[in-house]
Amino acid sequence: MQQRRFQIPAEEKTVRELRAGQRLLLNGTLITARDRAHRWLAEKNSHELQPLLDGGALYHCGPIMQKQGDVWICKAAGPTSSLRQEPYMAGLIRKYGIRCIIGKGGMGPETAEALREYGTVYCSAVGGAAVLYANTVESVEAVFRLEAFGMPEALWLMKVRDFPVMVSMDTHGNSLYRDIEKISKTRLGKII
Amino acid sequence: MNLNFTIQDVERSALDLIIRCSCELPPDVRAALEKALDREKPGSVAERNLHAILENATLAAKQRQPLCQDTGFPLFHIAYPQQLSVRSLQHAVEKVIVRATEQGYLRPNAVDPLTEKNSGDNRGRGFPQFSFHEHDAAFVRIRCLLKGGGSENVSVQYSLPDRELRAERDLSGVMRCVTDAIYRAQGKGCAPGIIGIGIGGDRAGSLQCAKEQLFRNLEDSNPEAALKALEEELFLKLNQLGIGPMGLGGHTTVLGVKAGAIHRLPASYFVSVAYMCWACRRSEICIGGDC
Repeated sequence: MQQRRFQIPAEEKTVRELRAGQRLLLNGTLITARDRAHRWLAEKNSHELQPLLDGGALYHCGPIMQKQGDVWICKAAGPTSSLRQEPYMAGLIRKYGIRCIIGKGGMGPETAEALREYGTVYCSAVGGAAVLYANTVESVEAVFRLEAFGMPEALWLMKVRDFPVMVSMDTHGNSLYRDIEKISKTRLGKII
Repeated sequence: MNLNFTIQDVERSALDLIIRCSCELPPDVRAALEKALDREKPGSVAERNLHAILENATLAAKQRQPLCQDTGFPLFHIAYPQQLSVRSLQHAVEKVIVRATEQGYLRPNAVDPLTEKNSGDNRGRGFPQFSFHEHDAAFVRIRCLLKGGGSENVSVQYSLPDRELRAERDLSGVMRCVTDAIYRAQGKGCAPGIIGIGIGGDRAGSLQCAKEQLFRNLEDSNPEAALKALEEELFLKLNQLGIGPMGLGGHTTVLGVKAGAIHRLPASYFVSVAYMCWACRRSEICIGGDC
């Protein structure tokens, strides 16, 4: 299947057209968030981030950034495991209108249900491929909670060009992870 | 025995070591990934993911950038001659860790669980982790492993017998534990993983034994015949699970399996599984002599 350019922010309608297995090149601004940021977004009402998250893309990532003069340079920015955010994810989708989540390893049933209900997709990036993704970052636009959360857990706004992902959980209840887990469960029974 | 190097030499070499560790995939890991690529179906998700992994490793080495943003928990195994002080060696490496962090080769990863403050320079209580061994040679050997957090989270310990797994206190029981661990991990530990197994010991010793296996070269051969057979059989079995690179399917779920065994108590039979992501960043350097 061909890769397709996909613009962030996105409309619900466009997101609902996507299917698991489709490959996308994301263009626009990604907002990184991981463990502490999820809890913080759930507990607070971030007025600064609300308009950016609405229709936006949340990237499960704790990047390495380096300050050169006044600008931040992204050195490494691969995905982190998404499942840890399962307790918060559905709530954040509902609250902020996030249209696209990027991470690795997939998410649980509560998130899957939120994807279906609100029209959001979960996209997979390749874990560990940090330079590949850092090279798609055109600029680091802003950072929130850097002092309080530290570099990996701050919320970084990164403008990306052709950031490659694959839709792995869509708005129609499909999940590539669930399919593979089922296959491996059958095989597990056979090998032991 | 006179030493032909100073502690400044140790610092310089340790900085090289850390930079190399963060930016370069060890040749044996790269070779295992290339071999895996041949096994995957052309045009499959698995093939694409492995391509991305290899391309990323090439870019990281060329651009001198960390190949994975999670530079993990830095572990150092240091063998030293008796004339050297352990404290001065630890101090030298800690100094260099701070520098490597400033230079963007390591992500600041040390978080105080009580204050939730990130120390910002990769120093903290028990961070990084050191293990020192005195040896008879006149050189210092430093081994570094950057152990990622995602894979650490799926590492696990079993206590045998385990009724649910029908695992008895024998190698077939060990096999049941390891297959269970890898099934549960799915793609969350950044498969294809490298699996360290520790059999026996107390709880901490067992986990440590498992982790030490991750320092081994993938192409080495276990001198203990029973463990060698266990490693080979598990390698084949685990790759039949179909989990594949990143848990998105394929024939490559693990790149290697390495097992160690240490004496246990009559009361305990622990099996520990240390999962290392494909980005198995380990490196070694010797100062004042050849490794």
